[in-house]
Amino acid sequence: MNFEEHAAKPLLAAAGIAVPAGRLATTPEAAAEAAAAIGAVVVKAQVPIGKRGKAGGIRLAKDPEETRQAAEAILGMSIGAHTVERLLIEAQASIATEFYAAVLNDPGSKGPLVMFSSVGGMDIEEIAAERPDALRRHAVDVRGGFSLDDARSMLEGLDLGAHEEQIATTLEALYRAYAENDAELLEINPLALLDDGRIVALDCKLVLDDSSIKRQTELSQRGTPERPSDLEAKGQSLGLKYIDLDGEIGVLANGAGLTMTTMDVITHHGGRPANFLEIGGDAYTKATPALELVLSNPNVKSLVVNFCGAFARTDVMTEGVIDALETLEPAVPVFFSVHGTGAAEARVMLRERLGIAPYPDMDAAIVAAIEAAGGPA
Amino acid sequence: MIVRGNERLLVQGITGKQGSFWTQRMQEYGTRVVGGVNPKKAGIQHCGVPVYASSKDAMREGGFDVSVLFIPPLGAKAAALDAIEAGCKKLVILTEHIPVHDVMHVLAAARESGARVVGPNTAGLVTPGEAFVGFMPAFETDIFTPGRIGVISRSGSLGTLICLNLVQAGFGESAFIGIGGDPILGTTSRDALETLDEDVGTDAVVIVGEIGGAMEEAAAEYAASMQKPVVSFIAGAASPLGKKMGHAGAIVMGDKGTYRSKRAALEQAGARVLDTPSDVGKVVAEMLQ
Repeated sequence: MNFEEHAAKPLLAAAGIAVPAGRLATTPEAAAEAAAAIGAVVVKAQVPIGKRGKAGGIRLAKDPEETRQAAEAILGMSIGAHTVERLLIEAQASIATEFYAAVLNDPGSKGPLVMFSSVGGMDIEEIAAERPDALRRHAVDVRGGFSLDDARSMLEGLDLGAHEEQIATTLEALYRAYAENDAELLEINPLALLDDGRIVALDCKLVLDDSSIKRQTELSQRGTPERPSDLEAKGQSLGLKYIDLDGEIGVLANGAGLTMTTMDVITHHGGRPANFLEIGGDAYTKATPALELVLSNPNVKSLVVNFCGAFARTDVMTEGVIDALETLEPAVPVFFSVHGTGAAEARVMLRERLGIAPYPDMDAAIVAAIEAAGGPA
Repeated sequence: MIVRGNERLLVQGITGKQGSFWTQRMQEYGTRVVGGVNPKKAGIQHCGVPVYASSKDAMREGGFDVSVLFIPPLGAKAAALDAIEAGCKKLVILTEHIPVHDVMHVLAAARESGARVVGPNTAGLVTPGEAFVGFMPAFETDIFTPGRIGVISRSGSLGTLICLNLVQAGFGESAFIGIGGDPILGTTSRDALETLDEDVGTDAVVIVGEIGGAMEEAAAEYAASMQKPVVSFIAGAASPLGKKMGHAGAIVMGDKGTYRSKRAALEQAGARVLDTPSDVGKVVAEMLQ
């Protein structure tokens, strides 16, 4: 789950990291009021993705009138797939030097990774490519955490002068905020040394581990929920992972890997999948509502049912699909490939109740479904 | 991480619905289940084996070699640490949606004590004709039959399909290693590939990968040094960017974890990458000639 800057920065402040004075505004008037209280400000679009500046979503304003104008220009702007509805009105800072700091879950070391760079303000990928000498990485044993001494040793040789201790303190605090909030990523870019000698987090990105939402209930209220389509929302309410795609071949499969593969093989044979929908894990008993969901997409011209049972029993899933087909009597043709746990029983059911046999393999079922939908593109 | 028929298995969470169902399947197959754990039901017999209050009790009273966890997400860390502290050297964690900070804690403890973790979010391990651990349809003989092809998979369902296709083509499996669909795993594709490369019963390896992360690229580095043929299918070529495709680890962020990168790395290492899982038998046969 992603967080917008205004929702992430309070976590830094709570850990003792300085952030600029700021207020959230949703109208140009409120933005101007905030500027009247703060002074010269930065007007920042609040969307849960990067590159806001390049998209024109960040502007400087020296007084309330300029702030109002900037807010008018930015509110309603599209950045990526997001429409700007909120602004962070923040005090301007006079920056002496920009740094980069982050903590993230690292699959390579199988633990937290603290990263710091004495150059900042650009993407970490750019820093790694252009200034590898400025970048430090420290793999952490999550059981012991990350101490001030760890931070100090990490910063050795970066020539940070009198500010080294303050930066070390910031890194230790950043790690604490990461650990306490079950973050997948907590990043400050830029972390700035100001002309007055203070170290301040000018931006902040937080990604909460989705598997931790259930124990971070309060924090997750402040995250940015994904904006699902109507069908995606319906899937969510049924406990099913459904993703809208723009093709004509409906997909119902079990397990994430097999569902992705069904989409891949449809594409390989010249068709276009209409959706991702898997009923793996405990959801294998939900075949009936799942099929209703796929068929409620008006673009679907044919349907592939691709089951390969491991944990999920294909007889239970197939029975659910047959029940749904008998109730809905859909106009679109359905093409089955059924293998694995329970497949023999599933084949009997298909023969007795629908009078059909499944295709010998998924490719055959998919090719037939593509033909029924009008042939390869 | 190849499970053997002589290894003694402890089932943590044996009394639950899934724990009971799959314990019976494992026993029918020949897996040596020697006990289970449920702190609230210690002292009873379940599925014909004793239930202990903890893994430590199980280790002290009868001993075991491998532990499998049928434990809900928020209880998995404590259960895994219990097994590690008991001296267990091989853990199979089936649970999906364990908080990642908990996973990292378990993996750090495992590393320190020299324990190997498979998973989390895996369907388990199968050694056809010997034993299976987890919830794989090992007992379906058109999917799993003794043979000489090793299979590594991030996905249970897709791994099952690959095994089915191998058997249809006349092959059998030396071992199926389900590594799991999470972003941070105890056993990576590369770890499993090294194991199968060293296994005298394995002639060729199939890597079933998916988009997200950099595991297939790391496995490709190792594959380049191998004599045994490597065949791979990577799921997710047609998946949209920035969306989690069912598995927590299956997401492309920017240019990270793309299908193209994985396919290129494997092909450069001399592996054959399949367009459809249906071709696996044909391509393995070609490479073994």
